[in-house]
Amino acid sequence: MTQTIPQVADYIRILPELVLAFFGLVVMVLDPLLDDEGSRKTLGGIALLGALCGLGASLWMAQSPGLAFWNMVRVDSFSVFFHVLITAIVAVVILTSYEYMAVQRIRAGEYYGLILFGAVGMTLMSSAVELVLIFIALEISSISSYVLAGFRRREASSSESSLKYFLLGSFATAFFLYGVALMFGATGSTNITAISQALQAKGVPRLAYVAVALMFVGLGFKVASAPFHVWTPDVYEGAPAPIVALMSTGSKAAAFAVLLRVMFEINTPGRFWLIWVSAALSMTLGNLSALVQDNVKRLLAYSSIAHAGYLLVAFAAQPGPGISAAMFYTASYAAMNVGAFAVVSHFAGAEERYVTLADYAGLGRRSPLLAATLTIFLLSLIGIPITGGFFAKFYVFSAALKSGLVWLTLIGLLNSAIGAYYYLRIIVMMYMREPKGEITVRRIPASLGVALALSVLATLYLGVLPGRVLDFALRSATQLMQPHRAAITPAPTPPVGTM
Amino acid sequence: MNPVATPFFFYLLSTLAILGGVMVIVRRNAVHSAIALIVTLLSVAGLYLMLYAPFVAGVQIIVYAGGIMVLFLFVIMLVNIDRSMKERAFNKQWWIAIAAAVALGALFVSVFVKSKGLFPERGLPLAEESNTQQIGLYLYGNYMFAFEIASLLLLVAIIGAVVMAKKRI
Repeated sequence: MTQTIPQVADYIRILPELVLAFFGLVVMVLDPLLDDEGSRKTLGGIALLGALCGLGASLWMAQSPGLAFWNMVRVDSFSVFFHVLITAIVAVVILTSYEYMAVQRIRAGEYYGLILFGAVGMTLMSSAVELVLIFIALEISSISSYVLAGFRRREASSSESSLKYFLLGSFATAFFLYGVALMFGATGSTNITAISQALQAKGVPRLAYVAVALMFVGLGFKVASAPFHVWTPDVYEGAPAPIVALMSTGSKAAAFAVLLRVMFEINTPGRFWLIWVSAALSMTLGNLSALVQDNVKRLLAYSSIAHAGYLLVAFAAQPGPGISAAMFYTASYAAMNVGAFAVVSHFAGAEERYVTLADYAGLGRRSPLLAATLTIFLLSLIGIPITGGFFAKFYVFSAALKSGLVWLTLIGLLNSAIGAYYYLRIIVMMYMREPKGEITVRRIPASLGVALALSVLATLYLGVLPGRVLDFALRSATQLMQPHRAAITPAPTPPVGTM
Repeated sequence: MNPVATPFFFYLLSTLAILGGVMVIVRRNAVHSAIALIVTLLSVAGLYLMLYAPFVAGVQIIVYAGGIMVLFLFVIMLVNIDRSMKERAFNKQWWIAIAAAVALGALFVSVFVKSKGLFPERGLPLAEESNTQQIGLYLYGNYMFAFEIASLLLLVAIIGAVVMAKKRI
């Protein structure tokens, strides 16, 4: 059975996953040998190295596009884009965690290990083209997030966050799996390319609509889009701040990658209204609920729901501009949101005491640098020009207008205006209110400084020179759209009877 | 082999499965619910056998009726059943649940009725070899990568369980 032995190219196409998993194992093995202090310092460094090597491996992987492991994994511009994005997010999150772990007095071993293993799941989600594999990758990333959400062991809210996320998340993945099973029933395959061919050749059976709807429920939960968003504020409030940064950007980016593949590569039937309604609901509910929040983490949670809504607008648009706009949006949202949560996690202090809006009063005077960076991220979240958020919204809404989605664009623009209010509220608090009481703001340590600098740079880069990233996204979109290019290589049929 | 009285066994097993499922949610005593769940799981295993899928049936019995049920029973023994039996059920939204269940059921029935041509009359031709052998070949052939990466999933789950159970981290 020589044809069923994987080749070197197969392994190169999953190199980032292999590297990340390897470093995760190294972290786990070294953990018992180190004391608390050492584990935080050394393992944090190793984890960071792992994320950076993963980033390098993703770039290397880009040199050999193609299918691997019998149509399980596809390396194309699309998956490279998300690999680079996710590994970069993970690196910045690890940099942010460095100080956070010491302040919260959390032992680091499992924490960094789970971040790296979760990253394996997320990156794999973006390159898997087989629904079974997507499901396994989704579970790897989800289970890591469930555990990571509960790492603030002294806080009841953290346990609540972990439990809620776990229960609702398992429920949502069950929906996704149900959808996969029905899709298999409708088309006789779980391979995305084969499914799309079957749907084109034989017409769309009714069962496929149900399957798509169920899969959308599962993925809609992961990206926190309404009406599957109810978990978000509670989970984000209780989970450690750097982990919230990871969940709201990394996991979301991965889930959006899967959604893009499922929706566009399969060219799923009946997706339009599903997405239209969900996008409109997410934008409106997210922004309106964010208006009345006093806890900054909850506020950013509702804002993240709203941003999932803006992103979904791109899904309702025509594929070409839609896909690239969605990809650009994930990248720029990741840059600004990771940065915002890095500031929140630094300012929160031990036991995350300072997370209400009132605590931010007068931050502009007490720590001008921190306030300035947070302001940049908030302006980007509003969508002010020269920040990444502006072009992200611009491309999404122009894609929507080109596709004739006037109403959805209108709802989106109105919502952006509403959104500006609560982001500006934080800025006003920081600069125009007198500080109440004494909150000592610690000096910004080097690791966090690097993380913030990277986020600011990425946010501004995407806002000033969006061309390169957008070009890359457009190229990926065309690759994703080419109808049945990469005709699937005939899978080796199991040689039954020869054994 | 020629199947004998297939409809009879199909309806028998399906009825048992549904009855067991209903018992799981209406019984107050958690142990009764657990036993009803075993009935459901075993009848579903029987249905798998009727579909010539002995491997799935075996896994169903070993993993679900065996392993997972033992876990359930352990947990039930550890919590205080007497108290929970006296507590009032807190699920006041049962009518919404029933409406949703009926709607979902209607959807599936309509899908089944409207797209009858979708389901081949006799199913796929059965291979000469046993289903179990084919699954093994697929797992270590085409689906090898998914099979291997599932080990990472288990590893993450184990780490998670240990982290959750540790007194301090």
